[in-house]
Amino acid sequence: MKMDFARNEVLVALVIVAFCALAAASDARFLSIATLTDLLRSGIVLSIFAVGAMLVLISGGIDVSFTAVAAFTMYVTAMLLNAVMPWMPWWGAIAIGMAIGASLGAVNAILIAGFGLPTLIVTLGTLSVFRGFMLTFVGQKQITTLPPGMRDFGRMMMLRGTNADGSFYSLHVAFLFTVAAVVVTWAILYRTMLGRMIFAIGGSVESARRIGIDVRATQAFVYVYVGALAGLAGVIHASMARVANPFDLVGLELSVIAAVVLGGARLAGGYGTLTGTLLGVALIVLVRNSLIVIGIPNTWQSVTIGVLILLGTGLPAWQAKRAAARAA
Amino acid sequence: MTDFITLSGVTKTYAGITALDDVGFSIAAGEAVCLAGENGSGKSTLIKILAGVEQPDLADIRFNGARQDALTPRASAEAGVMVIFQDFSLFPNLTVAENIAFSAELGAHRRLYNRSRSRAIASAALQRVGVALDLDTRVETLSVAHKQLIAICRALASDARLIIMDEPTTALTDREVRGLLGIIRRLKADGVAVLFVSHKLAEVLEVCEKVVVLRNGAKVAEGPATDFDAVSLTRHMTGRDVAETPPDPLAPGAPVLLQVRGLGKPGAFNDISFDLHAGEVLGISGLLGSGRTALAKALFGLVAPETGSIILAGKAIPLGNPLAAVHAGIGYMPEDRLTEGLFLMQSIARNVGIGRVDAHGGAGLLNLSALWGEAATWLDRLRVKSPSIEAPVRALSGGNQQRVVLARWLAQQPRVLVLNGPSVGVDVGSKAEIHGIIRDLSQQGLGVVVISDDLPELLATCHRLLVMKDGRVTEDILPQSTDETDLAHRLAS
Repeated sequence: MKMDFARNEVLVALVIVAFCALAAASDARFLSIATLTDLLRSGIVLSIFAVGAMLVLISGGIDVSFTAVAAFTMYVTAMLLNAVMPWMPWWGAIAIGMAIGASLGAVNAILIAGFGLPTLIVTLGTLSVFRGFMLTFVGQKQITTLPPGMRDFGRMMMLRGTNADGSFYSLHVAFLFTVAAVVVTWAILYRTMLGRMIFAIGGSVESARRIGIDVRATQAFVYVYVGALAGLAGVIHASMARVANPFDLVGLELSVIAAVVLGGARLAGGYGTLTGTLLGVALIVLVRNSLIVIGIPNTWQSVTIGVLILLGTGLPAWQAKRAAARAA
Repeated sequence: MTDFITLSGVTKTYAGITALDDVGFSIAAGEAVCLAGENGSGKSTLIKILAGVEQPDLADIRFNGARQDALTPRASAEAGVMVIFQDFSLFPNLTVAENIAFSAELGAHRRLYNRSRSRAIASAALQRVGVALDLDTRVETLSVAHKQLIAICRALASDARLIIMDEPTTALTDREVRGLLGIIRRLKADGVAVLFVSHKLAEVLEVCEKVVVLRNGAKVAEGPATDFDAVSLTRHMTGRDVAETPPDPLAPGAPVLLQVRGLGKPGAFNDISFDLHAGEVLGISGLLGSGRTALAKALFGLVAPETGSIILAGKAIPLGNPLAAVHAGIGYMPEDRLTEGLFLMQSIARNVGIGRVDAHGGAGLLNLSALWGEAATWLDRLRVKSPSIEAPVRALSGGNQQRVVLARWLAQQPRVLVLNGPSVGVDVGSKAEIHGIIRDLSQQGLGVVVISDDLPELLATCHRLLVMKDGRVTEDILPQSTDETDLAHRLAS
């Protein structure tokens, strides 16, 4: 396949390679399994969020409430299991988390698909409502003693080892859930008519309606599915952190959307790829974890991410504009 | 031939206003029918009824002789009635193959998506119309004519028996219209019926068997297409004769207003020179790709030429700067008024007033009453028909929208007006009125440049005609010395 430099995926991949080259040049230890597992570990929750955010962007909407859904889910799941179902195994905790996430997503779905309200406004609203509800009525204290199921899950590693220099590395089993989220979303998007309908309504709602696509049902699916993904991410986050902190996660939503947009999804809807999204997440995780390695102080983290977003989304847009001007 | 669809007594009222009154006609398999009528004649209502989107108050609709009680969108689609709307209703982000196959796959109640099946459906449909297109191209990158083709193929892929095309030729150039006619002929031979719905029908008459004319919701004429020509169609549609006469001759000794010298932009146009006199209407025509649109934009600074000069009343205008063009007194009416010319959601008055905000700015505060008063005066002078100047401009008909754009420029009292496709998407009656306005303006001493591929329009409005080909002016014609057929021949040769 031809390299197309106007595509975000290619740009982001090049930036990642350049970053890694720089990092390896300034610190030879950078290219190690330890770094890789570190990055993968940091990417587990972010990637699940990003896959969901991408799906919403493709459908022509935007969801900023997923972090609140995740925080709500992990806190309520932990509390619920501790109180009434301490015997619940880890997979039960995950199933309950996904169900809670899906029902919160259903709130978004009812407001967006049912009442036809604008997605940004609805999810901004539910972001506050979910979070506020949890802090006011459920609790504000960290849950440091997780239920046994989540505690077990937090200790499950799929990969463990020692480096030459004696340091440990490990990869959490939750990584498999990220892989599963990507695979399932890929299958929905590219192998089912439902997935094609999600692309279609993102391209043109009016056209979709005219050829008989049930726009509301499609939208409803998107928000419930994304809610379930956020619930999954929430339970994984708490299990891996070994604490359910109600103040965690919220605030991350813009970084996630930034990663997705970096990967080529358009805010206007209809466009987005999983490859691009995962590359976008990889770049953001790299910047968050390893900026220091190439000699840029960590305080510059958000500036760097901002500059990457401006370049990553601005460059293709600018090229498209120039091409259009030349064609006129 | 058996009738595929028979309509009789179709009546529909909206809030007491009769949109359709006892309309009836039939379409046979493989037949092409023109449904002509001006805006507001009830054409759109009839399409919606056929598509099952609107329910008539009273009607007898039969498919292959079987009476349909309540026509739903689904029943209509299953019978093979497919409407191609003016905007084609495609998905810009999806590929050619998927756009064509989507409705068929939905109709087959598929759950899983299979790329090769989509491609097979799409290439079969493309084969039926005899066109080769890359199946993996995204539709957003295609031309209007190709998008229309994809909409037709999509209808075919869903087993269309009757394709209804809403304003099919509005956005097409002459050559593209001929391509479309070729495709329609193939479809007819294939047994597919076609209903053209338009106010610009002269060009599709040759492939049609029958013409039905609506006016104010009633059928006013029906007959074999051979009984109609552009003039009689217009007469039936408007209920009056709209005679187009050539403009009065230019007053001798009119001063040169605009001098264009050696204007060039590689890849678009080359070495363009002409003079425009005060009171003169200059036509510029050419096929798509001849550079006429780029030249029109260059005159107004929207495209920056690399060589040459534009001199207005002795003063050179900086190239590629629309603001400088406005200050020098050039106005530009774009071809696509919906995306380039109007603020659709804003009121009519605001759309006119926006050009004069500076003039009424005074000491930093807007003199609103003067601004609105002036806008109202111009809207009145151009006879824009609307219930209120506060109404959003998108609620107006094409002809009235075009007048709003004109009013905005006229309020600025320009010296030269560049009109790119002044009557695109405008019905016949309004078109004649816009031509009248062009004539009045030129008599007041304005220089007008009309860019168009509507040959009768050029012949009716222009004192002089430039023909462009491959970015160059190849001919400089006096309209008196030519006629439509000759001109069409010169354009194409």
